[in-house]
Amino acid sequence: MTARVGVITFPGSLDDRDAARAVLLAGAEPVPLWHASTDLGEVDAVVLPGGFSYGDYLRAGAIARFAPLMERLADAARGGLPVLGICNGFQVLCESHLLPGALTRNASLHFVCRAQRLRIENSGTEWTRAYEQGQEIVVPIKNIDGRYLADQKTLDELESEGRVVARYVDVNPNGSLNDIAGICNEAGNVVGLMPHPEHAVEALTGPSSEGLGFFTSVLTRMVGA
Amino acid sequence: MTVQGNEPAQTGVDSVTRAEQTPHVKLPYAELGMNDEEFARVHHILGRRPTSAELAIYSVMWSEHCSYKSSRVHLKKFAEKAPRSEALLVGMGENAGVVDIGNGWAVTFKIESHNHPSYVEPYQGAATGVGGIVRDILSMGARPVAVMDSLRFGSPDAPDTRRVLDGVVRGVGGYGNCLGLPNIGGEVVFDPCYGANPLVNALCVGVLKPQDIKRAIAPGPGNKVILFGAGTGPDGIGGASVLASATFDEASHQKRPSVQVGDPFMEKLLTECCMEIFAEDLVVGIQDLGAAGVSCATTELAAAGTGGMDVDLDLVPLRDPTLRTEEILMSESQERMMAVVEPAKAARFLDLCRRWDVPATVIGEVTGTGRLRMTWRGETIVDIPPGTAADEGPVYERPYERPADLDRLQADSPDRLPRPSTPDDLRNTVMWLAGSPNLADKSFVTSQYDKYVQGNTVLAMPDDAGVIRIGDGPQGIALATDGNGRYARLDPYAGAQLALSEAYRNVAATGARPLAVTNCLNFGSPEDPGVMWQFAQAVEGLADACQALGVPVTGGNVSFYNQTGEVPINPTPVIGVLGVHDDVTRRVSMSFNVEGMGLLLLGETRPEFGGSEWANVVFRHLGGLPPRPDLAAEAALASVLVAAAREGLLDAAHDLSDGGLSQALLESCLRGGLGCAVSLPGDPFVELFSESVARAVVAVHPEYEARVAALCEAAGVPVRRLGTVGGDAFTVEGQFTIPLAELREVHQGALPALFG
Repeated sequence: MTARVGVITFPGSLDDRDAARAVLLAGAEPVPLWHASTDLGEVDAVVLPGGFSYGDYLRAGAIARFAPLMERLADAARGGLPVLGICNGFQVLCESHLLPGALTRNASLHFVCRAQRLRIENSGTEWTRAYEQGQEIVVPIKNIDGRYLADQKTLDELESEGRVVARYVDVNPNGSLNDIAGICNEAGNVVGLMPHPEHAVEALTGPSSEGLGFFTSVLTRMVGA
Repeated sequence: MTVQGNEPAQTGVDSVTRAEQTPHVKLPYAELGMNDEEFARVHHILGRRPTSAELAIYSVMWSEHCSYKSSRVHLKKFAEKAPRSEALLVGMGENAGVVDIGNGWAVTFKIESHNHPSYVEPYQGAATGVGGIVRDILSMGARPVAVMDSLRFGSPDAPDTRRVLDGVVRGVGGYGNCLGLPNIGGEVVFDPCYGANPLVNALCVGVLKPQDIKRAIAPGPGNKVILFGAGTGPDGIGGASVLASATFDEASHQKRPSVQVGDPFMEKLLTECCMEIFAEDLVVGIQDLGAAGVSCATTELAAAGTGGMDVDLDLVPLRDPTLRTEEILMSESQERMMAVVEPAKAARFLDLCRRWDVPATVIGEVTGTGRLRMTWRGETIVDIPPGTAADEGPVYERPYERPADLDRLQADSPDRLPRPSTPDDLRNTVMWLAGSPNLADKSFVTSQYDKYVQGNTVLAMPDDAGVIRIGDGPQGIALATDGNGRYARLDPYAGAQLALSEAYRNVAATGARPLAVTNCLNFGSPEDPGVMWQFAQAVEGLADACQALGVPVTGGNVSFYNQTGEVPINPTPVIGVLGVHDDVTRRVSMSFNVEGMGLLLLGETRPEFGGSEWANVVFRHLGGLPPRPDLAAEAALASVLVAAAREGLLDAAHDLSDGGLSQALLESCLRGGLGCAVSLPGDPFVELFSESVARAVVAVHPEYEARVAALCEAAGVPVRRLGTVGGDAFTVEGQFTIPLAELREVHQGALPALFG
């Protein structure tokens, strides 16, 4: 049976269709989920896509966390459901306290869009097991609020527990502490990532197709299970 | 307050009845930009004095911006000289033109200016410029899929340029990024003439099925008129506050912001909402609200439909309840649309709006009366034949005359300028140009735009054209915008043709077949005969060139009054060309990617330096004649580039334009990170820096060189082998070698050093 991966659309989500395309290319069935629903349906994993939910007017991700579906998702995530938050999705996960820390205005104060080199620091999560530990990939980054900040204690925990999932290489595009591009929760099922693997799934349109691994990773357990 | 003389009462409504009873009330039509003759014409049409609400409608609809009253007699040439095109589904006069690209897909695209607001308030001016053009595309029934921006600023070292550039770039990015539209290209140009008059031209392209085209019409009496999107507020009201304050108003009401404020989040909701509304076929007509707001939408929809419409202005949702009727009618609040919906479908329409949190209100219905009637507080305040406002505005044949200084300017040939001749001088000139603001790498700007969203971007800046995959492929489109105000200043007829030629060439360089044209004509005051001459010449030149190249103008925009005091900007026609890729996987990039590729120069190089970047950068010189347009050579070159791309012969292709061969080669080297070595048998200065048209450089596998040469020969395109790709330096044999690292530093470092 094909795995079903939900993609939540909030008002202002932009990369929902791209995430669905990536899920499809990875070999799973994308399932559109609506923010106002209270039913997650039968899904094996969920992607929170990039964008500017509610215009990011109050603070990136601050309003989306109160969406009816987010309450259901938070419960499911604590129960082990694989969840990947990309860019705005990462911001929503931090605002929801499913992940620690916060994403703040880029150090340059500019929106930045570029092909970015990353190193996969933890290939043991639900979303990264298709990669080798330490593998470097190039995927797009595009954000204005992508600077990852956390207190020292949290940073120490993330580092010592191997919960930094991906780190910027060559250039730190937004001033994130410890060059952090992505982190996961303690169980490794919830991953937040500032760069956009869903825009690197085809050589024709992306800087590479090396982002596809995030979407195939989550399928390996399901197929194996 | 006391009522004075014949003026309407402070608290009263200036209804049609009152207008009939008080024929001698003085209305401030002059302050609204209407002359005596135009006002008399309104009087004649109505058979009485207009109400203040009617005056508001006529004054904005007959403004230069909405009526094209100075340009219309010239713009007719685009239609008269239009080439036959079976691809054209919707031509000029609609919100945007639509072309059939085959395989069951159509594309709609248009470019529009937002120049003046972008100087007053750069962020909001540029942001709402993007928002406005996106709604034009949306109202054709299309999903917007990409934007481009063609920007012109004052001298980079002028203190105000940083303010304007920073705000404009943030505005273009802030709006487009939040809307989820990839920005796939455009221009960033600096010239002192744009110092107090920047040009912000935004292009949007959308995709639809030919059978799903929507029109701005209101047919069928009984059909509902629905206003949806953002509430109506006091923004963008220029003249209306004059009207309100001059006759009816207290002082506190006088100052209104005249630059609109954008809400890209609302526009995103509006977009998705419209997509679902279109998918269920719920509208019979739709129009976006841009300039002139409700006035424009109601008069144009009614005039193009059955002819009549009743509107209750009390039902318009307001952000500011103190707004007067004139202000409601003229407000340019953003993110609003007006739809005409059959009664049986209205409930579903409103449901979908609710799903997307988009406010929607039935404010009226279509009638068969032939009149646009509006009521306010129960009284009729507007009762006009809508076509008289929408379509039958004044048309002027403004006097025009060749500018007196043009002979002197053209006689001041760049031939007198000292040219670099030693290898060191040539090397320094290459470096100097590579780091000059107009030729420097624009990543500082373009990296602030999302080019990846929607996942269909195949090429984007700095490639010659933006390329987007359509549907699931393999078909795609290419788009380029170009303009050169210096060329057009020297010869506006040729300048317009050169802008078209360059955009056409850029599209073809990616392997796309050029198909259709949009244009944004930025000029000074039409009341200046010299400017009007430039305008007439440019339109004529563009119309002739479109005919020669077989690409029709599908729509566009005229922006007049771009001047500071008495000094107009350089005439700046900005031309967008749309091309088609039958198989987008065959697209060609400008990047040198593979060692050992042969470099071929296609086209003929002549010593042409009038208006060139060399003359501009090194001597601040503008004089002589621009390069001679050669449309037959452009068409031949394009045919070779398209055929070669289709056969998969090209590893890279880059058009030659500003800065000449030197600039093209170093851009391709830096993009791919590979150097090149070329030998130039002629005068190396001319070979490196001439801006002759109809040329491109291509990188070709040695095995394919003969095949490309044969294609050139068959098409009559001169071809010459220049050298090979490889190494990590740009070398002109016998002259100089410049390490790429050195070039990269000056080319990529220039804009961050100025504006970072």
